[in-house]
Amino acid sequence: MQNNKKFKTVGIKKERIDAPSKIRGFAKYTDDFYFPDMLYGKLKRSPYAHAIIESIDCSKALEIEGVRAVITGKDLPIKYGILPVTQDETALAIDKVRYVGEPVVAICADTEEIAEKALDFVEIKYKELDKVLSIEEAFEKKHVRVHESEKFEGNAHRVISLEFGDTETAFKECDYVREDIFFYSGSTHLSMETHSVVAYFDGKRLTVYASHQAPYYLHLILSKALEIEQRNIKIIIPYVGGGFGGKLDPFPEIVCASKLSMIAKKPVKITLEREEVFYNHRGRHPVLTWVKTGLKNGKIRAMHFKSFLDGGAYGSFGVACAYYQGALQPVTYKIPDYKVQTVRFYTNKPPCGPKRGHGTPQPRFALECHLDKIAEDLNIDPVDLRLKNLTEPYSVTCNYLKITTNGLKECIEKVINESKFKEKFRKLPYGEGVGFAVSSYLSGAALPIYWGETPHSEVIIKADRSGVISVYSGHTEIGQGSDTVLSYIVAETLGIEPEEIALVLRDTDSVPPDLGSYSSRVTMMMGNAAYEAAMKLKRALSEAVSEILEESEENLIFKEGKIISKNNPEKFVSLKDAIKKAEEKFGALSFSGSYKPAPILGKYKGAGVGPSPAYSFTACVVQVKVDTESGFIKPIKVWIAHDIGKCINRKNVEGQIEGSVYMALGEALMEKSDYTKEGFLKNPSFLDYKTLSMKDMPEIDVYVIETYEEKGPFGAKEVGQGPLLPVIPALCNAVYDAIGIRFDEIPITPDKVLEAIERDKKRVGPDKIIDFKFPEPIKVEPPKEDFLQNKL
Amino acid sequence: MKRILNLKINGKNYEILSSDNRTLLEVLREDLNLTGTKWGCDTGECGACVVLIDGIPQLSCLTLAVFCEGKEITTVEGIPEKEMEEIEKILTEEGAVQCGFCTPGMVIMMKYLKDCGFNNSLDIKEELSGNFCRCTGYKKILDACIKILNKHAK
Repeated sequence: MQNNKKFKTVGIKKERIDAPSKIRGFAKYTDDFYFPDMLYGKLKRSPYAHAIIESIDCSKALEIEGVRAVITGKDLPIKYGILPVTQDETALAIDKVRYVGEPVVAICADTEEIAEKALDFVEIKYKELDKVLSIEEAFEKKHVRVHESEKFEGNAHRVISLEFGDTETAFKECDYVREDIFFYSGSTHLSMETHSVVAYFDGKRLTVYASHQAPYYLHLILSKALEIEQRNIKIIIPYVGGGFGGKLDPFPEIVCASKLSMIAKKPVKITLEREEVFYNHRGRHPVLTWVKTGLKNGKIRAMHFKSFLDGGAYGSFGVACAYYQGALQPVTYKIPDYKVQTVRFYTNKPPCGPKRGHGTPQPRFALECHLDKIAEDLNIDPVDLRLKNLTEPYSVTCNYLKITTNGLKECIEKVINESKFKEKFRKLPYGEGVGFAVSSYLSGAALPIYWGETPHSEVIIKADRSGVISVYSGHTEIGQGSDTVLSYIVAETLGIEPEEIALVLRDTDSVPPDLGSYSSRVTMMMGNAAYEAAMKLKRALSEAVSEILEESEENLIFKEGKIISKNNPEKFVSLKDAIKKAEEKFGALSFSGSYKPAPILGKYKGAGVGPSPAYSFTACVVQVKVDTESGFIKPIKVWIAHDIGKCINRKNVEGQIEGSVYMALGEALMEKSDYTKEGFLKNPSFLDYKTLSMKDMPEIDVYVIETYEEKGPFGAKEVGQGPLLPVIPALCNAVYDAIGIRFDEIPITPDKVLEAIERDKKRVGPDKIIDFKFPEPIKVEPPKEDFLQNKL
Repeated sequence: MKRILNLKINGKNYEILSSDNRTLLEVLREDLNLTGTKWGCDTGECGACVVLIDGIPQLSCLTLAVFCEGKEITTVEGIPEKEMEEIEKILTEEGAVQCGFCTPGMVIMMKYLKDCGFNNSLDIKEELSGNFCRCTGYKKILDACIKILNKHAK
């Protein structure tokens, strides 16, 4: 896999293999499945943010003609959750509700109309409780307990306190120290496809079609929640109409549709209405961040982060999200001594969880704005400040993350030159500005959610005398292009066209496990497994063909559907004949590939969040124009360079970067999950939850930097999440350059801009953090200089 | 109360037994299994359900099926093959498709704009701004649309 190798498909071809069926409307998503005699399910949701359920009377609903089954929390009493450490959810609320929109009763009926009508006949008596709707309330109103368990003091769900090295001493050595406070508002994924499920229980086995990103975790959790052996559950994931992290949890509608079908003995479909998707949420955590950095001679000497997360009513991926608040800063910058303190609170709002970038966009926003201020204080160029502090390729961080390829310097040089940043910075007229930021992200989490020694991705390849080459994989295609990555890798290896490969996908009965589409892991892990499987088939074919052509295996080339002698191109065998010969020689041709990341290096509690086989790096410049009359911020242009390792499909890579820019601009300027004082979401629709339309999008110049990562298939790293990260702080820094006001709080909506201008404010953002007492940190000695040498 | 609706969809005549309160989107998806037209919001906000009614793009989630009698309906499945081949080629080459859920609505809009004939006064971004996409950042969709329209510039 050298970088100078000439490829036929990888990095060359443009076409996504799923595009034609999606363009023609043939591609099936979960809601596109209709089965004979299928029933429709609906969920009755809580109108209160926090209330005791005194009684539920479903008798009148059951009397309605066409209603087939009704369930309440008592029918699904087993607690579950996506993370083993937070098994705090049930599909339907038992005893009390914890957010507006929490499902309480599920009904299935012959038609959607009947099911909806029946919901009105369910009588639920609630007794309202006091509620907590923000980080401050969760901390201060200690009498309110979102979860009663004594494990959680106040409403603190998870507290993290880690120290790498000795920050106290390090800060004393600094010649400059600065502290800042930031607030990152919550937002949601808003995939185009709403969550949908069709479940069918045939008396013994349960089949579930679901719009979901991680069928194997769903498999595990359904087994627990429904008390069915895993071997009796089959999950099929059709095309998924966008995920962004919003389809990773074992959502209530999936558990309920399954349970309803077990009672009604018929297929049950539940497709959420758009408003309901906002209650499923699991979106971006609102985070209050305090950061302190000390420098000595322009180099970062010590850093301290305190983060306070508004987690919503349940755990979801929250513990991981909390750890990610501190995990990746040392991957971008050399930080000799580093302290991370984080607390996630339960609040009476829909649960927060993983959204594109997981728990890293909030600290990234804080850090990159903070560094912009430091550069200004010290009168040094913000680009030079970054360049002076970047991590080295093939190095280890203070928190024991191993960096391999690192193209950040190249990324920075590219965007700075192309945007003419230095000619514009602090030089544009009032109202116009440029801002700069950088970031890093993981190419797949090195640890699975359920720890163990089994591979993270497995792929099977099968070939037979008909010439068909089938590839079996359980990864999910959520729009990121993983089907294309799979077929490109196999096609490149075997010298065939990607379209010639039959893909057998996402049916847990038929395909081997893959942990799913999250943590930017699919290209790295599925890709490596696919490459290994394809190489095994290639070796078997080579052995068979070398006999026919009387040529050594090393002298065979796989090209254009043929296996050709390197010495004499006239001598060749078609792939079909080669497969037939190999089948005669070896019997059935079926080979597997597996991928498991290397063991993590850190030994401390929490060391499992952050490690990855490789990291991607991104640099970004944003230019804005601020209309000081209306307060509107118009992004004019974005220059963004991303170290992808190696493009498998360039158009797809560009598309991921452009999509990340779009989503980041939305979070920076308008996207916000906004609640009333009663805990009602104010904006649960496409119109009210503001996003950018085609008209609002700026010009984007994308630069793909290839560093050829040896751990990645054909050198590839991730692109799905990393490019979102630097855009938000780059925009904030650009707004400061334009109008001289620091926005330490996002989204930067026009009302905030106008108010700041009118009142002559120099800064908009939180001025204090809460007085939470973190425990003494777990002390971790950073790795010694020669640490990696000893490890290799 | 149900009655028989006579609908002409993609050049085919259908007799459909349906109640008056059903939308065209429901009839297309549930009765005819024409699932290329997507259900994204049911409130006319996202554009995933756009179809052509007598050549004009309409939100099928806000259109009652009874109002469509006597009109020609075109869904993504009904775009003539020659036109579809061109649209498919350009959208695929440009990388304009990711999750694909907004794609049929976008394709219908592109077909409409193409039929209108491209001219310089046409604000493509304005025309497509009613179709939401959460994946692409719109750039490659816009590029593909411009390429299609340029091919048919009048």
